[in-house]
Amino acid sequence: MPSYRDQGVVLRTYRLGETDRIVHLLTRGRGKVRAVAKGVRRPGSRFGGRLEAYSLVDLQLHEGRNLDVVTQAELLTAHAEVRADYARSAAAAVMVELADQVVQEGEAEPEVLELLLAGLGALAAGPDDPSVFVDAYLLRLAGLVGFPATAAVCAACQAPGPHVFLSVRAGGALCPDCAPAGTRAVDPEVVASLAQLAAIGEWASLPRLAREHPVARRTAAAYARAFVEHHLDRRLRSYEHVPRP
Amino acid sequence: MYEGAVQDLIDELGRLPGIGPKSAQRIAFHLLQTDPTEARRLADAITRVKATMRFCVQCHNVSQAEHCRICLDPRRDDTLLCVVEEPRDVVAIERTREFRGRYHVLGGAISPIDGIGPDQLHIRELVLRLDAEPVAEVILATNPNVEGEATASYLSRLLATLEVRATRLASGLPVGGDLDYADEVTLGRAFSGRRDVGI
Ligand SMILES: [Zn+2]
Ligand SMILES: [Zn+2]
Repeated sequence: MPSYRDQGVVLRTYRLGETDRIVHLLTRGRGKVRAVAKGVRRPGSRFGGRLEAYSLVDLQLHEGRNLDVVTQAELLTAHAEVRADYARSAAAAVMVELADQVVQEGEAEPEVLELLLAGLGALAAGPDDPSVFVDAYLLRLAGLVGFPATAAVCAACQAPGPHVFLSVRAGGALCPDCAPAGTRAVDPEVVASLAQLAAIGEWASLPRLAREHPVARRTAAAYARAFVEHHLDRRLRSYEHVPRP
Repeated sequence: MYEGAVQDLIDELGRLPGIGPKSAQRIAFHLLQTDPTEARRLADAITRVKATMRFCVQCHNVSQAEHCRICLDPRRDDTLLCVVEEPRDVVAIERTREFRGRYHVLGGAISPIDGIGPDQLHIRELVLRLDAEPVAEVILATNPNVEGEATASYLSRLLATLEVRATRLASGLPVGGDLDYADEVTLGRAFSGRRDVGI
């Protein structure tokens, strides 16, 4: 069996048999990888706590017919702060759930991995309200896989904005000409919040955005979820478990 | 596909946790070839457990009656309450003979990705017990994995608002193992959970 080495984030794990686990990873080289970690649930296993969800690990694996087999694991970043706190852990669960669903096996998605690492890093830094990072992550990931929540230009005709007619179906904000009759205009503050959440880049200013514009932020959050579920055709099970202020 | 009853048995076995299609087939053919009385014993055991066992109304552990033996035992310490995920964790802790308090079985752990939140567990019942019983310390004995940690974090916040003392089982080095074999996560946890010895 050929063996290979790769780095990846542990997305989630399933119990297998008496002492093993199936591990879903988002790797740099091979996209999603499903692998067996043998004996990992036994106390004193050589993998110990390295293969817990949200950890970034350097792995040695054997290719298997169905599932690969983890033979060595080294911890690069544990993100232990994320696991130790309920709100942050629930926020991270949404991030890994979506990554697990959108990345395919054998298809490297380096930008998605970077986004996930940035999101987990932002959560590890210890925000009071982790939910704003969830909203940002959802919109940014949707943009990376081909569904950008545009606010700067009309999602239909590309006319420069900012526009205020939000449409989940159209994939962003629409100009007055493109907006179907009866579309309700939202506060420009909402559109601005959405743009800030969706822009790939820094995370540090987001908690302030959430504090200073609570109403805009709530609308943007509802939109983010509807947008992702509509365009990626996924229901997010973990989303409603994220505590919101 | 096999004929009739064999396939039914394979399908039923395959629905059990941890049993894949291959194992289901192997077990089904083992049963088919085995002595009828042995197969009957297994069938009876399954029927009996469903007919006679239930969950304790107080702690949600498995029980033969409305209340389990531990909840009914007057010698147990009412001031200590150990919170675990599953009935099998009660068995594991009882084996240590270290703990003389009472238990509360949550029926699982918080796992947002599986759609399991606090409302799907026996957490509301825990709060009611804390109101009715003279509990001075709640020991959080959930698993040291991502779901168990999330559950312990959620409960520790909840218990703080109720002003109940909460403790968490120490995690650390496996007894009998070598320090340099421990992984960073386990060793790190052992450090943060260190305690005074001597003076
Ligand atoms: Zn337009
Ligand atoms: Zn009981």
